[in-house]
Amino acid sequence: MSRQRKAAALISGGLDSLLAARVMQEQGIHVEGINFYTGFCVEGHTHAIRKKDRKKEKRNNALWVAEQLGIKLHIIDIVEDYKQVVLNPKHGYGANLNPCLDCKIFMVGKALEWIKAKGFDFIITGEVMGQRPMSQRKQTLPIVAGESGAEDLLLRPLCARNLPETLPEREGWVDRERLYDFSGRSRKPQMALAAKFGFEDYAQPAGGCCFLTDAQYSVKLADLWQARGDKQYEMDDIMLLKVGRHIRPAPGYKLIISREEGEGNFLRGYRHQYAHLTTVSHPGPLALIDGQFDDQELQLAARLVARYSQGRSAEQVTLEFTDIDGQARELTVKPLPAHEIPKEWVL
Amino acid sequence: MNRQIVDCRRLLCPMPVIRVQSAVEDLAEGTVVEAVCTDPGALTDIPAWSRINGHRVVETRSEAGEYFVVVEVGPKDLS
Repeated sequence: MSRQRKAAALISGGLDSLLAARVMQEQGIHVEGINFYTGFCVEGHTHAIRKKDRKKEKRNNALWVAEQLGIKLHIIDIVEDYKQVVLNPKHGYGANLNPCLDCKIFMVGKALEWIKAKGFDFIITGEVMGQRPMSQRKQTLPIVAGESGAEDLLLRPLCARNLPETLPEREGWVDRERLYDFSGRSRKPQMALAAKFGFEDYAQPAGGCCFLTDAQYSVKLADLWQARGDKQYEMDDIMLLKVGRHIRPAPGYKLIISREEGEGNFLRGYRHQYAHLTTVSHPGPLALIDGQFDDQELQLAARLVARYSQGRSAEQVTLEFTDIDGQARELTVKPLPAHEIPKEWVL
Repeated sequence: MNRQIVDCRRLLCPMPVIRVQSAVEDLAEGTVVEAVCTDPGALTDIPAWSRINGHRVVETRSEAGEYFVVVEVGPKDLS
């Protein structure tokens, strides 16, 4: 009797990877999921930070998908290795700072390492030809298979019949006739297949699951690189870009101002790493100051923070400034009127 | 019984899950792991991860802005 073949499925938490994995299960393949954590994943972060989102149902969609499928899910931290993808994408960026093609090549390459280490037979993804403008085009699907090193160990069950046969098909582990030929941007075939499998609740694709596809986030990341004169980032940098109002009044420093209590609590965790301002005379935000600034710039920073406090209409607002060494002192300033904040300061 | 504490404070999901996953990898069946978290998402994510990977959630609780998830390691994967 031939042994049951094993496939590792790249699980993003969306509908396509859910369906691709189920198609394989229908053919008797043992499937386990892999979910890569890059640091830019939208999943859960802002919900965890912002108080107003706390009441929303919190669900990690990749875990939820795995539970629907009854498969194991291995969440893999690739934050450090992923930097090369973000900083120097061979195939360039998409509309924002999203290196989607390099990202997919990298993830499939990591999955290849994983299946070799774990004794799995092949890799599956939920890719659909023509679904996405950068990484899922007819011309780029072979690039993913080739440059990742996976070659014919990479099977895309939802569009396999549009592509050359892969090893699992040639070897008869998988019946090509029971795979699909989806193509294009329409979601109707996937929704019909979901209905066939009885999946009624699934994550709706809404601009992807990665902050790098977000225009606003990309502006802040590009600003960070420009301000530092060095195209690098650490985990804390990319976390802080997800939080607060970012205002850069001068090239050398910027303010990260909390917008509500949850963000204030989150930023408070960074008090020992950054100089910061809090309002004393009126309820108001916590603001971290990232960079170098002189006394005049500190005055301006204080006026900006005062503008976002409940004392914005007051003649004067008192703030406490704490420097990077923890030395605190008070400042009293006139809040900066909204019309005196140039648009280009706000990232 | 000895508990292995996994400090996940200040980590946002899914990092707490990844920390628990790493801790559990080298532990024998029946060992108890307690994750201490500040992201409330851990209260749903760690139990979900535990269920699908064959581990048992013994307890979840919240105290003073921290969230605790206690997991008993399940049988090793023989597949």
